[in-house]
Amino acid sequence: MTPQSNFMVLASVAAGRTDDLRRLLASMNRRPGVVDPQNPLVPFAQLPRLHFARIVVLEDRTLNDITAYKLPRVSYPTYLAFLGDFDGSFDSFLASMVNRTEEGLRRIFSYCEDFTPTTNLLAWMKSHNVRPATIYVNWIGRTTQQVREEEALRQAMEKFIRDAPSLRIMPSRQIYDKLTKFVKEEQRAGRITLTPPEPTPLGWRVLNFLHLAGVPLILLALSPFLLLYLPFFLFQLRRRETSDPEIAPRIDPGHARQLADLEDHDIANQFSAMGSVKPGLFRRWILAFFLWVVNYTTRHIYNRGRLARVTTIHFARWVFLDGKKRLLFASNYDGSLESYMDDFINKVALGLNLVFSNGIGYPTTNWLILDGAKDEQKFKYYIRRHELATEVWYNAFPGVSNLDMKRNMLIRQGLDHPYMTDSELQEWLQLL
Amino acid sequence: MSVPVDFNDIQGLVRFGHGKLTEASFWLLNVRDPSAARSWLASAPVSSAIELDGPPKTALQVAFTRDGLQSLGVPDEVLTGFSDEFLSGMTEESRSRRLGDAGVSAPEYWRWGGPGKVPHVLVMLYAQTGQLTDWTQNVKGPHWNSAFQVLDCLLTSNLQNVEPFGFADGVSQPTLDWERQRSVHGDQLAYSNLVALGEFLLGYPNEYGKYTDRPLLDPVQPSSALLPFAEDFTHKRDLGRNGTYLVLRQLQQDVRGFWRFLDKQANSDPEARQNLAERMVGRRINGDPLLPLNPQPIAGIDPSDAAQNQFTYDSDAAATRCAFGAHIRRANPRNADLPSGSSDLIAKLLHTLGFGSKKFRDDIIASTRFHRLLRRGREYGPGLSPQQAVADGSDTGEHGIYFICLAANISRQFEFVQNAWVMSTKFNAMTEESDPLLGNRQPVLGCPIVDTFSMPQEMGVCRRIPEMPQFITMRGGAYFFLPSLRALRYLAALG
Repeated sequence: MTPQSNFMVLASVAAGRTDDLRRLLASMNRRPGVVDPQNPLVPFAQLPRLHFARIVVLEDRTLNDITAYKLPRVSYPTYLAFLGDFDGSFDSFLASMVNRTEEGLRRIFSYCEDFTPTTNLLAWMKSHNVRPATIYVNWIGRTTQQVREEEALRQAMEKFIRDAPSLRIMPSRQIYDKLTKFVKEEQRAGRITLTPPEPTPLGWRVLNFLHLAGVPLILLALSPFLLLYLPFFLFQLRRRETSDPEIAPRIDPGHARQLADLEDHDIANQFSAMGSVKPGLFRRWILAFFLWVVNYTTRHIYNRGRLARVTTIHFARWVFLDGKKRLLFASNYDGSLESYMDDFINKVALGLNLVFSNGIGYPTTNWLILDGAKDEQKFKYYIRRHELATEVWYNAFPGVSNLDMKRNMLIRQGLDHPYMTDSELQEWLQLL
Repeated sequence: MSVPVDFNDIQGLVRFGHGKLTEASFWLLNVRDPSAARSWLASAPVSSAIELDGPPKTALQVAFTRDGLQSLGVPDEVLTGFSDEFLSGMTEESRSRRLGDAGVSAPEYWRWGGPGKVPHVLVMLYAQTGQLTDWTQNVKGPHWNSAFQVLDCLLTSNLQNVEPFGFADGVSQPTLDWERQRSVHGDQLAYSNLVALGEFLLGYPNEYGKYTDRPLLDPVQPSSALLPFAEDFTHKRDLGRNGTYLVLRQLQQDVRGFWRFLDKQANSDPEARQNLAERMVGRRINGDPLLPLNPQPIAGIDPSDAAQNQFTYDSDAAATRCAFGAHIRRANPRNADLPSGSSDLIAKLLHTLGFGSKKFRDDIIASTRFHRLLRRGREYGPGLSPQQAVADGSDTGEHGIYFICLAANISRQFEFVQNAWVMSTKFNAMTEESDPLLGNRQPVLGCPIVDTFSMPQEMGVCRRIPEMPQFITMRGGAYFFLPSLRALRYLAALG
């Protein structure tokens, strides 16, 4: 099994160059919202291990919100963020990316403050890499190669079925035999490839086990203190929840239009949003704590196609910025934003409140997990208001949803299970 | 506790489909002279939702687009209180992508509603057979000609409660909670057809228990005293209360193409042909479901309606009776907030945390109750039976439906259903197909095939109908606001 990894290169844009940078980034798109996968700057399609990538200028329109706490507005630099989710190790991926796209990356980063023509690109990118507080991967271990091969497998099998109407009247076992025979022949002829998974890297397995066991141990060790702290925590929480301001007005139609222009060109979409954490250590610490806990669940529990009840998210991450005073959320999901937000509200409001209620202006929660996102319209305005226009977005598999990938995987698995029961076999045939 | 509903203030269309009024015409108008238009409005006999002693002989309903409200003199600061989708309109580019209005259905080809052709006012006239002409003259009154420029008059036809393909129409509708008794708190564990009033009328709590945003006026605004106070902001006047949004889409149906395609698939066997059509629709041609009825009653489904609507898809998890992609299974998946079998506390907790789902399709469709539509459409064009449709001979008429639905939140209701369920090639973990009737068959990036219809079988592989042509084409459409009667008086008093 090859685990997935990620990068996020974050650098300040040089003063006065943001608009030029945006124009350069726009040149990577065929039209707004649709990247040219072979664009000369960063030809993403030539990076075979890459699942998703985006380049986004982090310019937060909501920085004034902090004045609701009678605190002065804080100025932050405008950042350029380049994010990617890929298979295998960080070092080898970055090296191969630099190798293939050095010139284009240099052009893009030349708009950043501390990048000069003589900068060592690889070392610079590594030194500007920011690790996420929480990362979600729909299916840990599912590589681009696997997705590619299994999608081709399904399409070949569908075509075989379409072209062989006699299959329709055959008994299930006979259909199964025909299909497996077809796939074997295609494999021999080199038209279908099904590469077996690589062994899981030993280092990753060890670290993963230590994480799996370590986090509960730490929580266990901390539990007496957490328990003692609980009443104070609840007191502090309730005091804030009853007074924190909600800032969720209708968003500016121009901003809404700009975001909408980038959406729904593919069956999947990107979402990038940022905001400031509520002032004070209390919110900063509980946010850090819960992101750490959520990260445990995404790494060890929700790593097989579902983030709690949600099946549509491919990759997502939460990244702290500026000394945990701000948070960036970036995700890739199936469907359109309206259904994505409905899933948030109706399926995972609890988990969402736990994290996002620590952001300034979030719809009021009670006891950290109740209400909040359930205030549907306010929540949707809040989401849209914090959303950023993602300048460049790359999806290695347009048109292929998470459930498509899962179905393809189940189809492949079935080929190796000739002794399925009748009902298992029927379920398998219905995947096709 | 809740204030009773004032039927006198609600346009009748919200409560009644005016089914007994077999003649109808929908006028698309531009305001020529705002003051004459307001005068017309002031005296227009708009029908309310009050129940009369006998059935009415006629009805009149009036709705406005954003441009229409603006031309009547609604101030900008009031207009901005309407929803985004109403303000930016049906043809905004990203919206067309989501609604599937592409290819020959793209707004640039529409007869009305497309760029530069958005009407201001929709006047809907209904009358008993033979009385529409008189009623139209009566409604027009002295101000009509100076007030309006007629863009189009959409004439409807009475096909005896079937839509142009020949299927019983309007079989399933949500039941509105007029008594305001429904509790929406907590997870709803069973499909209910009883829907909070706020889903279909502004100014009332919706399925989230919240009031959908709508224009609320400061009492200092001109004429605002004509409006009621808002329930949620008691110092504001509510322009939305007892009003709602109305979605109108003219869908041309290729009746000949539909039946001829099916006839070919069925080797000209009339029974097989009809059977296939029924599988696509998800109901028998007479409206009966393809599934056995639930033993238990379903909330909001009247016993008299049970034979056609007392069912969910729980009894057909593998979709061998009603295909996953059948039109009615897409348009109303009849599920609850949590997957079935979440009744005890442990199962509920497991489902909430996402652990209870074992099978490929478990728990992937959004909860239905947030995505309901109240349909009020009418057919147009001459009737054409399946036999006539497949027979040789020229078909001179255009057939179709004026799809009309009412919703308090266009994006969460109409647009969601259209986008995520009906037009989506990925609905319910399917691929390669969109709605068998409404699908635009437009290519999707990365999906080489989108024009199949598949029917899971009890044994063996799915039965597939490949290369389905497009049967339905958009010819026009717009988003309207259907005001309350008091809001109409407010509009008439502007200027």
